[in-house]
Amino acid sequence: MGNQLSTAAGCGAPAQTRDLPASIDLKSETVVTGQVVSSAGEPVVGAYVRLLDRLGEFTAEVVTGDEGVFRFFAAEGAWTLRALSRDGDGEVAVSAATGINEVTVPVSR
Amino acid sequence: MSRDNTLVSAEWAEQNLNTDKVVFVEVDEDTTAYDSAHIPGAVKLDWKTDLQDQVRRDFVDRQQFSTLLSQRGIANDDTVILYGGNNNWFAAYAYWYFKLYGHDSVKLLDGGRKKWELDARPLTADAVSRPTTTYVASELDNTIRAYRDDVLGAIGQTNLIDVRSPDEYAGRLLAPAHLPQEQSQRPGHVPTALSVPWSKAANEDGTFKSDDDLRELYGAAGLDDTKPTIAYCRIGERSSHTWFVLRELLGHGDVRNYDGSWTEYGSLVGVPIALGDEPGKAA
Repeated sequence: MGNQLSTAAGCGAPAQTRDLPASIDLKSETVVTGQVVSSAGEPVVGAYVRLLDRLGEFTAEVVTGDEGVFRFFAAEGAWTLRALSRDGDGEVAVSAATGINEVTVPVSR
Repeated sequence: MSRDNTLVSAEWAEQNLNTDKVVFVEVDEDTTAYDSAHIPGAVKLDWKTDLQDQVRRDFVDRQQFSTLLSQRGIANDDTVILYGGNNNWFAAYAYWYFKLYGHDSVKLLDGGRKKWELDARPLTADAVSRPTTTYVASELDNTIRAYRDDVLGAIGQTNLIDVRSPDEYAGRLLAPAHLPQEQSQRPGHVPTALSVPWSKAANEDGTFKSDDDLRELYGAAGLDDTKPTIAYCRIGERSSHTWFVLRELLGHGDVRNYDGSWTEYGSLVGVPIALGDEPGKAA
C-alpha cells in the first residue's frame, strides 16, 4: 500500500523514526520533533507524547520509537508537548515555525 | 446501557485472561505494535486489511465478517474484549463494527493499550492461535451508521458533533497532527456541528471520564439529548469513540457514526462548509 493511500485511509499514529518521510515538504510543513529523555539522560522508548494546542487542548498523540523519538506535523504558533511514561511525566512549551522544530522533553517522577 | 456491560477495567482484564468464552482482541491501524507485544492470548484485527473492503471504500460484508471472526476463533456467544493503541480509537471503531453486525457481548478495555503499558501489566510476543469457529454475523444494522445525505439533512435540524481537534474543526489543520497536512479535502466543518473533541471524554491515561463529567461535557457544549445525534471526525474512528460515549455509556437512543467523515464530506462538490471556531449557520 502506497504512502499516500495509507495517509488518506488512516488516522493512526505511525511508527516514530528519526528520519522524515521523503515526501514531506519542509517549506510548508511545521514539524515538531525531538526526544523524550529520563532524568538519567537516557532516551525513553514507549513514552506517550501529546501535542496540546495554545488552549491546552489535545491535538495528537504518538508513542516514542527507538531513541525516544517523536514527531508531529503542526502549524506555526504556540504548542505544548506533554509526555507520560513509566519513567515519569514531563511538559515543555514550544513556539513552532515552518520547517523543523527540535525539542527535548525531559520526564521525571 | 451502562459501564457494566460495555467496559472492563485493566484489573478485571488481567484477572480474566484465561476465562472461558472471553476473547481479547487488539485492534490497530498499524499492527506492528501487536506483533511486537500484546496482551497474552489476544488475537489481532487489522483495521485496514481486515475491516475495510480492499477495493471500494466500505466495510467488509456480512459474509466476509463471518469468515474473519471464524478464522480468528471468535464465536457468537463469546464475550469480546477490544483494546488498542491511539486511546482505543480503532478498538472503539471495532466495537461499533461488532454492533453493526449484531454481536451480543462486546466490551472495551478502559484505557486500552496505553493504560495497560503504563501500568506495566503483562505483554507477550507469543503467537496466538484459537480453534476456528462457525461465526454467523447478523444483517448490517444501519440504524447506527450515518451516510452523507443524513449529515446534510441534519444541518440546523439535529445534533452534529465534530470530534476532531479544535484546529481541525476551525480549518487550521486538515489532519491529526501526527500526520502530514497535505490533503485533498477542503478544511473546515459541517455548518452547525458542535465542536466536542473526542479527547475531552477521556482522561490522560486513555480511560473514560465519569458519567457525570461526560453529561456535563455534552450538556455544556449544547447537545440536545432529545434529538438524534451524528458524530464524525476524519475517517470515523475518533467519532466511534464519541459514539461509544453517547450511546453505550450515557444511553442516548439515536446516535449514529458517520464513517465517511471529513475525508468524504470535505471532498463533496457543492456542500456547505463553515470555517473558524464557531458552528456557523445553516444556509
